[in-house]
Amino acid sequence: MTPWWRDPTLRPAIVACLTLSAAVGVFGVSFGVGSVAAGLTVLQTCALSLLVFTGASQFSAVSVIGAGGSIGSALGGALLLAARNGVYGLAMSRRLDGSLGRKFLAAQLTIDETTAMAVAQPTRRAQQVAFWVTGVALYACWNLGTLIGALAGSAIDPKTFGLDVAFPAGFVAMVWPLFSDQRARLAALIGGAVCLLTVPFTPIGVPILLSVLGVLVGLQRPANAPNSEATQ
Amino acid sequence: MTWTLIILLAVGAYLFKVTGLIILGGRSLPPVFERCLGLIPAAIITALVMKDTFTVGQHLTLDARALGIAVAVIAAWKRAPLIVVIVLGAVVTALVRQL
Repeated sequence: MTPWWRDPTLRPAIVACLTLSAAVGVFGVSFGVGSVAAGLTVLQTCALSLLVFTGASQFSAVSVIGAGGSIGSALGGALLLAARNGVYGLAMSRRLDGSLGRKFLAAQLTIDETTAMAVAQPTRRAQQVAFWVTGVALYACWNLGTLIGALAGSAIDPKTFGLDVAFPAGFVAMVWPLFSDQRARLAALIGGAVCLLTVPFTPIGVPILLSVLGVLVGLQRPANAPNSEATQ
Repeated sequence: MTWTLIILLAVGAYLFKVTGLIILGGRSLPPVFERCLGLIPAAIITALVMKDTFTVGQHLTLDARALGIAVAVIAAWKRAPLIVVIVLGAVVTALVRQL
């Protein structure tokens, strides 16, 4: 069998995986800048990207702790965001082969981007190649970007350059594509409203936890799905 | 203190990944569970935008950040690349602060 890197049928997928990884590296820069702006050291910032390696959770934890929230609330919001990687793991477990050791390594790389690139491929082999190429390249780019951002961010005053909005602006870019789904828009509306309404009355960070109430939208079946339940 | 958070988050995030890929592996969750989990990012990330834009500590505020984020929203709506969304948001916020 042709090795994967010489297989012409896999080439477009590999190029797409590497392009995505480079783009995420730029996002890593903004995480690095925002994290030191929020008061973390360069070492702490890099440790988050190396060990946690799931963007939205890292942004969330730093955003809450930077605002003065407790460890518990920072952790709670970040872990809620990390839970979806469990669902991605389910999807990938049907597609990945290999030893248990290899799977423990794959687990660390199971995030939005690697899962999305893998499930988009037509064959099992292409799915595995896409997962590993994206995983390894993205891990390298994300961490390199984080380091560059953290070093740059500690060299300048972030507020003068408006870099304290690097996080919320990044969040806007992250969340916008989700809004093509009507339920996601409703969940977002509830989450955002709950957050703003509870900010004055709850400890810092708790409004982010409460915003998860927005997912209750998902309790209802989709309108277009078959409905076998009796209606009263 | 921040290190405690980093370690706990690293362990917790890895456990979620391992649970899906290795422990549950191959099984599937009840649809209602998958639907709710799928909506977490929309709800929480939107809340983070609100918090980072309109609050300082426990107070609601309206300042330069609101205009920066408004421009970022327009850029995202026009499908601008991620980096453009972030840079526009930062530049507008910085300019408004200069006024």
